[in-house]
Amino acid sequence: MRQFDRRLAYHFDWLLLGLTLVVTASGVATIYSATTGSADGRLLANPLVVRQMAYAAAGLVGLLAVVLFDYRHLERHAYVVYALVVLLLVLVPLIGTMGGGARRWLNLGVVSLQPSELAKVGVVIALARYFHHSPATGDCSLRDALPAFVLLGIPGGLILIQPDLGTVGLIALVCFSVLFFAGLRLRAFAILGAIGGAAIPILWSYLRPYQQQRVMTFLSPERDPLGAGYHVIQSKIAIGSGEFWGKGFLDGTQNKLHFLPEQHTDFIFSVFAEEWGFVGAMVLLAAYAMMIIRGFQVAGRAKDRFGAILAFGVTAIVFWQVIINIGMTAGVLPVVGLPLPFFSYGGSSLTATMIGMGLIINVNMRRFLF
Amino acid sequence: MTNRHEMPTEFRRRLAAAVTIVLVVFGLTTVRLWRLQISEGDRYRSLSEHNRIRLKRVRATRGVILDRDGEVLVDNRPSFDLVLVPEDAKDVPRTIEALTRLLGPEAGDLSAAVADARNRPPFEEIVLLRDLDWERTVKIETHQFELPGVSVQVGPRRTYPFGEMAAHLLGYVGQVNQRELESRSGYRPGDLIGKTGAERQWEDYLRGIDGGQQVEVDALGRKLRVLSEVPETSGHNLVLTLDRDLQIVAEEALAGREGSVVAMDPRTGEILAMASRPAFDPNVFARGIRHDEWRALSEDQRHPLRSRAIQGTYPPGSTFKIVMAAAALEEGVITPFTRIGCGGGLRFGKRTFHCWRRGGHGSVDLHDALVHSCDVFFYQVGQRLGIDTISEYAKRFGLGVPTNVGIQHESGGTVPSRDWKEQRFGEPWYPGETLSVAIGQGYMTSTPLQMANLTAAIANGGTLFRPRMVKRAEATDGTVAFSDESVVVGDLGFKKSTILQIRDALFGVVNARRGTGARAKIDEIDVGGKTGTSQVRRLSKKRVKPENIPRRYRDHAWFVAFAPVGAPEVVVAVLVEHAGEGGGKVAAPIARTVLAKYFGIEDEDAAMDRVASFRHDHDHATVRPTTRLPF
Repeated sequence: MRQFDRRLAYHFDWLLLGLTLVVTASGVATIYSATTGSADGRLLANPLVVRQMAYAAAGLVGLLAVVLFDYRHLERHAYVVYALVVLLLVLVPLIGTMGGGARRWLNLGVVSLQPSELAKVGVVIALARYFHHSPATGDCSLRDALPAFVLLGIPGGLILIQPDLGTVGLIALVCFSVLFFAGLRLRAFAILGAIGGAAIPILWSYLRPYQQQRVMTFLSPERDPLGAGYHVIQSKIAIGSGEFWGKGFLDGTQNKLHFLPEQHTDFIFSVFAEEWGFVGAMVLLAAYAMMIIRGFQVAGRAKDRFGAILAFGVTAIVFWQVIINIGMTAGVLPVVGLPLPFFSYGGSSLTATMIGMGLIINVNMRRFLF
Repeated sequence: MTNRHEMPTEFRRRLAAAVTIVLVVFGLTTVRLWRLQISEGDRYRSLSEHNRIRLKRVRATRGVILDRDGEVLVDNRPSFDLVLVPEDAKDVPRTIEALTRLLGPEAGDLSAAVADARNRPPFEEIVLLRDLDWERTVKIETHQFELPGVSVQVGPRRTYPFGEMAAHLLGYVGQVNQRELESRSGYRPGDLIGKTGAERQWEDYLRGIDGGQQVEVDALGRKLRVLSEVPETSGHNLVLTLDRDLQIVAEEALAGREGSVVAMDPRTGEILAMASRPAFDPNVFARGIRHDEWRALSEDQRHPLRSRAIQGTYPPGSTFKIVMAAAALEEGVITPFTRIGCGGGLRFGKRTFHCWRRGGHGSVDLHDALVHSCDVFFYQVGQRLGIDTISEYAKRFGLGVPTNVGIQHESGGTVPSRDWKEQRFGEPWYPGETLSVAIGQGYMTSTPLQMANLTAAIANGGTLFRPRMVKRAEATDGTVAFSDESVVVGDLGFKKSTILQIRDALFGVVNARRGTGARAKIDEIDVGGKTGTSQVRRLSKKRVKPENIPRRYRDHAWFVAFAPVGAPEVVVAVLVEHAGEGGGKVAAPIARTVLAKYFGIEDEDAAMDRVASFRHDHDHATVRPTTRLPF
């Protein structure tokens, strides 16, 4: 870094950065539409828009900062990063602030930090580090993967008690994606599937009926037609009523009537799809698809296993969140409260995902060094 | 992996698989969006136009309140409510105008309700009028098409079929206010909430859980179909310990008076009747009390809103001699055989403390002193005990603190002591004040419920229960969600002989020749009791006829009773405010009526019987060879 290699600038992935910025900007515009009562409100008079722009700026600074240093330094300090994230998660139940029936935030004065968002990237960094040194390459047994489950379990348990089952599920999905990529034997997946399949009914039978009911509502809140189920219907109406061309920016009607309590966070996609129609939704999906394929590409040609797994893991975070969020607003997946990356309102999610993007760009940039 | 060409084939294969999975999943998402936005886009667009899918709340049916035998004391009945959905009304001011024309000016200002709801989403219902009569309901229904967004909906309405009966204990419901909305979760403007009494105390059980419906409506807001619904969960029914018939008898016995009757089961602490008169009609509150009605109730000099049984504090008068007798025997300042001479008064310093009987009782022992309620005897006992010992015993009987019966704003009364007076007035205790306290006067005050509970402790052999009025709360399917058990709050810890001697004397009060409580006597049942007359104002030496004393200065009349004396199963405490006459004359007959009802005696024409029993008293008292029970 003392001498900035010109090759680095040459290999800077402008496509990834460009996609990130375009999606983030569309998100800000949609947040504005979702939270402004009438079309005549000034953009900068909307505090949520201003905040999201500030978060985006912070995320961009973080992204560039992450790009500057060689990601292999991160490999050396991966567990330190992981430990810091776990520490933040431990602080949440102790000094965290409540919101929506859960304790998820750390109040930092001006802003609130949601450590579970950082945990998504933190777990990926730790997993990349573990598999970098794992002797089993491409042929990983269940025993080799055991430490990975510990790395997943510690933050997973801490997030579960907040409670935030959706985020725990996402981190687990990302973890399994990384295991798949790192080469866990397919037989091991079969065994894990069998164990899970056998354990769940047994655990289930130990629960009392009302506890089962509670778990069911938690896993699939759309079963509650007065709560999330109603939101899903309204979300489907919003998306569907956009038809092919959409109703036009700021002309959506569903979201203006406060049908959706989370219209600027979890249900932001329905606002976007109502105003921009099928065309807009396709463009957004295409942007995400390009971002994800690009991330996999970076993983495929990374210099080392650490970089490969890092790029793959961060891409997996984006992929699963996009699919689960859109699937939830379109009424095909349970309402679990995961944000749409770069798009939903929320500082911790936006900055953490942008830093993740910085890591992918970093890995891509340095694939020719050494 | 120093060279990317060395990447294992398995690695590549898995990456390729991941890319495939991503493309397939995005493809599926595209298909899904195509279906929503293209194939079914039309339908969703029309659904979006008038916010056609709405959430309607289905209010939970509030639990009913039953007496111990399952008789309904508080019920629900259907009420026709006039409802407006601003979103469907289009032109709200014009609709309100049309409604006012239709219903007439006596319907009141309908726009006020609309103004109150202006911050709520326009598709939410606003209740304009509750409990429409039949004529108005028909009017609205026939003009339905000229009134878009207006409808008549059936909702449950709280009703108190017995009106004033047990009004203070049952309480009433009213619309949730701003403060309650802020402090309690799950309530929305317009919801009903228990405001007083059992309705308030047991709100969480009675309330139930609201359900709801997702309904599709047409462009005029009319319901087309129910898409999905969550049934409401009715509130729990509350089974009280109260006996409705006994309650009615108790209230009738108090008719025209200001006072209270409390009947309890001394074996469990269950309240069988708790009457307070005058009372109010909770139905007035349930329908929404008008301002002038509220003023009339709250400014009434007879204080109908006050629950005298638990909020009224009165000097216990001679009923307090039960406590004095127990303290004296336990502390050993007298024996059952100690005799004290009563010459009609006790000279103390410069003052003479009179006995109620100016002629004096002569030489009396504890038994006689209780039977004839001799004041001088207890002046002496009080002096021997001292105020702090008296205070300690009073507290042991539960005086001075609320009984925790479970109704808001219960008073604890006052048990004076040296410390209390120092703290309250910053003055030392004067020995003369001890004499007043010894006969239940002065600073000493208690509620009728406390006196009933005190009597119960003597009746059951020394156990002080927490009085309770709820047996259980049960779901509509009969499962019991809450079951109240007897709670012992204290043990008097007295010698058995102490309790027996007091009970024996209290039997004498009612049954002995010239016992002060003779009017509570029932032939078939052995009744024990104690009279009390508590002075509101110290009288001059000169005897004044009660009629000549201003009403608010007239004495209160007390009577506490228990029966059967051998194995008590019911206690009754009666207080009549400003009776102007002694407890024996005014309160004892009321206690007798309640006891007779409890034991199923003299079902008909209680008044006639009361007169007859009056005669019996005199006949029998002389015939009976002994007034002492063979314990």
